[in-house]
Amino acid sequence: MKLFVSEGNPHCVKVLAGLEVTGVKCDVQLVSHEERVVPFLNRPVLPVLLLPSGQHLFSPNAICQYLFEVVGKEASDDGNQLLEWEATELQPAVLQALHMLMLQGKSGEAGTVLKGPLGWLEQYLSKRTTPFLTEETVAVADIVLWAALYPILSNSTFEAVVGELPSVRGWFKRVSQVPACEAAVQRVLQGKGLDALKNFLQKQPAPHIQRRDSPSSANATEMEDSELMMTEEEVEVAAQAWSKGLPDCSDSTQKKHPILPQEGKRNVLVTSALPYVNNVPHLGNIIGCVLSADVFARYGRLRGWNLLYVCGTDEYGTATENKAREEGLTPQEICDKYHAVHSSIYKWFQIDFDYFGRTTTEQQTEIAQDIFWRLHERGYLLEDVVEQLRCENCQRFLADRFVEGVCPHCKYPEARGDQCDKCGRLINAVELKEPQCKVCQQTPEIRSSKHLFLDLPKLEGELEQWLEKSMGSGDWTVNAKHITRSWLRDGLKPRCITRDLQWGTPVPHPDFSDKVFYVWFDAPIGYLSITANYTSEWEKWWKNPQQVELYNFMAKDNVPFHSVVFPCSLLGAQDNYTLVNNLVATEYLNYEDTKFSKSRGVGVFGDMAKDTGIPSDVWRFYLLYLRPEGQDSAFSWADMALKNNSELLNNLGNFINRAGMFVSKFFEGHVPEMVLQDEDKRLIAQVCWELKQYIQLLDKVRIRDALKCILNISRHGNQYIQVNEPWKKIKGGDDDRKRAGTVTGVSVNVACLLSAMLEPYMPTVSQTIRDQLQAPAHCARAMLYADRGFLCSLSAGHRIGTVSPLFQKLESEQIEALRKRFGGQQPDEETPTGKVPSSTVNSAQPKPPAAAAPAVNASVSAADPEKAKQLAAAVAKQGDKVRALKAQKAEKSVVTAEVTKLLELKKELALAEGKNPEPSLQKGKKK
Amino acid sequence: MALKELSSLEKCLGLKKPNKYSTQGERKVPVLQNNNGPALVGLVTIASHLVHEAKRTELLGNSAEQRAVVQQWLEYRITRLDNCSKEEVKVILKELNQYLEDKVYLAGNSFTLADTLMYYGIHHIIMNLAVQEKEKFLNVTRWFDHIQHYPGVRHHLAPVVVLRNRVYPSGQH
Repeated sequence: MKLFVSEGNPHCVKVLAGLEVTGVKCDVQLVSHEERVVPFLNRPVLPVLLLPSGQHLFSPNAICQYLFEVVGKEASDDGNQLLEWEATELQPAVLQALHMLMLQGKSGEAGTVLKGPLGWLEQYLSKRTTPFLTEETVAVADIVLWAALYPILSNSTFEAVVGELPSVRGWFKRVSQVPACEAAVQRVLQGKGLDALKNFLQKQPAPHIQRRDSPSSANATEMEDSELMMTEEEVEVAAQAWSKGLPDCSDSTQKKHPILPQEGKRNVLVTSALPYVNNVPHLGNIIGCVLSADVFARYGRLRGWNLLYVCGTDEYGTATENKAREEGLTPQEICDKYHAVHSSIYKWFQIDFDYFGRTTTEQQTEIAQDIFWRLHERGYLLEDVVEQLRCENCQRFLADRFVEGVCPHCKYPEARGDQCDKCGRLINAVELKEPQCKVCQQTPEIRSSKHLFLDLPKLEGELEQWLEKSMGSGDWTVNAKHITRSWLRDGLKPRCITRDLQWGTPVPHPDFSDKVFYVWFDAPIGYLSITANYTSEWEKWWKNPQQVELYNFMAKDNVPFHSVVFPCSLLGAQDNYTLVNNLVATEYLNYEDTKFSKSRGVGVFGDMAKDTGIPSDVWRFYLLYLRPEGQDSAFSWADMALKNNSELLNNLGNFINRAGMFVSKFFEGHVPEMVLQDEDKRLIAQVCWELKQYIQLLDKVRIRDALKCILNISRHGNQYIQVNEPWKKIKGGDDDRKRAGTVTGVSVNVACLLSAMLEPYMPTVSQTIRDQLQAPAHCARAMLYADRGFLCSLSAGHRIGTVSPLFQKLESEQIEALRKRFGGQQPDEETPTGKVPSSTVNSAQPKPPAAAAPAVNASVSAADPEKAKQLAAAVAKQGDKVRALKAQKAEKSVVTAEVTKLLELKKELALAEGKNPEPSLQKGKKK
Repeated sequence: MALKELSSLEKCLGLKKPNKYSTQGERKVPVLQNNNGPALVGLVTIASHLVHEAKRTELLGNSAEQRAVVQQWLEYRITRLDNCSKEEVKVILKELNQYLEDKVYLAGNSFTLADTLMYYGIHHIIMNLAVQEKEKFLNVTRWFDHIQHYPGVRHHLAPVVVLRNRVYPSGQH
């Protein structure tokens, strides 16, 4: 039997105390918070008891119960009840309170959360006659409840807020005096008090996020759920804040270049991994770095941070040299050509760099050589001799992938210089038998050549110290931490920083004059040199860790260079460099269940996206919607169409459009007067809550999750309009008309907030909404700046502009054609349209969005709720008729005729509801 | 909801005299009024009590180890499954699916209270799964189908149709 525990995890106090008290013999192993001990659970959970049978117990309460049972103390109803209460009532409250106190510094609110459970326990204990919860001696319930409450009751901050609890305190003291309990606390908290729990708490999902998520019970609608959870106080506060309206703020939204760190501001430096110049980026590259960083940068600017976002193309290296040879150009010409390709792709995707540079500049040489000399002077470089293959015919050393030969292990004749494709073993290029230069087919010779190595082992200690600090205080994604740790665990080795090439930054050392820097050493320095090309005062960003917060965005394969290797270069250079504080790494994006492959022509590459006729904003939306946050995800055409049609068209677009149309149609384009009733206030509070989530999530760079908040708001909005039926009330009496006015006014203000929240994700749509509503230019910033919350930014009387639909439907033929064109494979079974005559498919070219008829839009004009109601009734009636006929075993032709009628009616109904009239088609294709 | 569950459980255990229950608090926690002592509160507590009353203690596990495993899944049901968010549903299905890969019942090779209560709790989720999703969570579906056909379990809940043959090719998800 073995017990796995981790330091600073409050649940481990329970089981360790249980173990000591019962005296059960068991190995205890200390592991890290992120160790996944239980194979079938998705998240790392601790403590875990591995039973002799090989089963895992991952519930601390079940573990304690088990330990007590082993020593003959069986469960009782009393004890069971207390344990159940602890798991369902006390524990959630304790975690929420700790979260509020330790991470948000709200001790008052933390106390409020605990009042209920502590009050209950006080009452329970005051009625007991035994010194402990269930018996005369310490039992399992005492251990479990005591350990759960330990962080609260041992902390003086809570003393004031939880009030006097004489019975609870007396009992707590009695249990605390049990030596086993004392020892368990010491073991978990290590004498660091509650601070020891901080790390653990940060890893937990914020408890109140779970609170409001709607229960998935089958029939409860979301509206009802959220009403249940919102307290009246919250509702009132939100409504009052809203009524204050926009503050007069004159802070200019214009950027003034060069942006430099400012005293007293939050100075944020954002970089995205430098794309390699001679590859056209695919969608995975785009979402992995530039687009993710762009959303965060746009968000930061809205929040009023002083933010600089730089990126550029990484241009040096063998691959460029080779590409140049292929195309008959010089490397510089190749770089110029492809740099322009990259620039135009990112421009089309609306990536708002403050500066998009390149690595082939004088500044790069200057800064790289400076760092090199500093490392050299401080003794962080080693010399060593390396054996390499050289082709005399081509007059150059061959990089691993430019040599082929017979595999020394399996005799496969076409093994590459780094790996054999047949047996998969790694190969050192000089071990290849009968090596051949891939360019000229001549036999290369083995030559030894002197190279310089960065002495990583010497810097390891310093690196680890820095890493602990950076990971502890900043936001590093889990995969980034994981990859970094596994590199450190394997031990660092010296890494070669020079190469026998021409196309690179020259090594300034006279003994190595014909060499250049290896790209991995050179490329990250590009961040600095690109900034230096942007402003001569670049050092204010890069040698200023006191004032600057650095965010690096990348895909996970790039992590070690940013977390281990590059920081070592900078630490070794000892020049007060700004090191990364927040390392944000995505997982991989696949393409229709396979990989993007340029050579096989599979997948959508950056330059092709615009030829699809799908607007850049929709691409951004869909890529961000499936941003591989935490796990790999896959791009799928069918899913893209579905998300466009369901989320953008029928949810978001539909709501914003209706809100605007009601103002134009019913109130001559003027925002009507709003007299808030409870229902309106509740909507405002719901919206506020989602906005708060959005801010919390984006602050933590949870880009995909924050997008869901936007969609939730428009869902709430749609429901609000649906329930209140302003189109009906406008035809009623005075009171009804006023009600219609309020609902319309609140809705159009929600639409205005949505435009602000959309800015980081869909900048064009965001601007279009504000243009249509003629919203004040600063409203986006005003609502996100300094947590002001949801404000009434379009007050009564405000005149809006012309409202028109924001999104186009993606037709299934169009999507099918695109899917074929870009080579993604899907099995036929999943494609109900598989039997469509091929001629239709081939001729269905993607339509430019402007040409598509606006009538297909699910806007006010198309969706007609009144008609929908009538049709729904007709459908029900016709359905009954069909069933009756079938029951009477009527003639087949009669039944068929009636069924056809029913299907027609259903189609009309779908149209009237603004849904896709062929839902079966979509559903079948949904993955 | 919980009350229906408890009355189904009573029938399932063969208890002749139905108990009277009430609920308390926002979460509608079930309460059992007891003539010979204080009231019992909480679904798992009451369910375990009923098992004792019916003298069917094997349903709580046959050994200390199995009893612990049963307790753990009962707790999982009320802390993780009840009132979970839509995103969390996927995680739970995935976890259960992995766990049940080599098991017939939640606590190994014999039917226990954990199966009954998990079945009651997860019914509305399985009910709403598409055929394709049911295939994705194949082990959960198999377990679920087995439990709903276990004699006497499915009382207040509608049967969920489970196809015997696979419709979708595997490995496409």
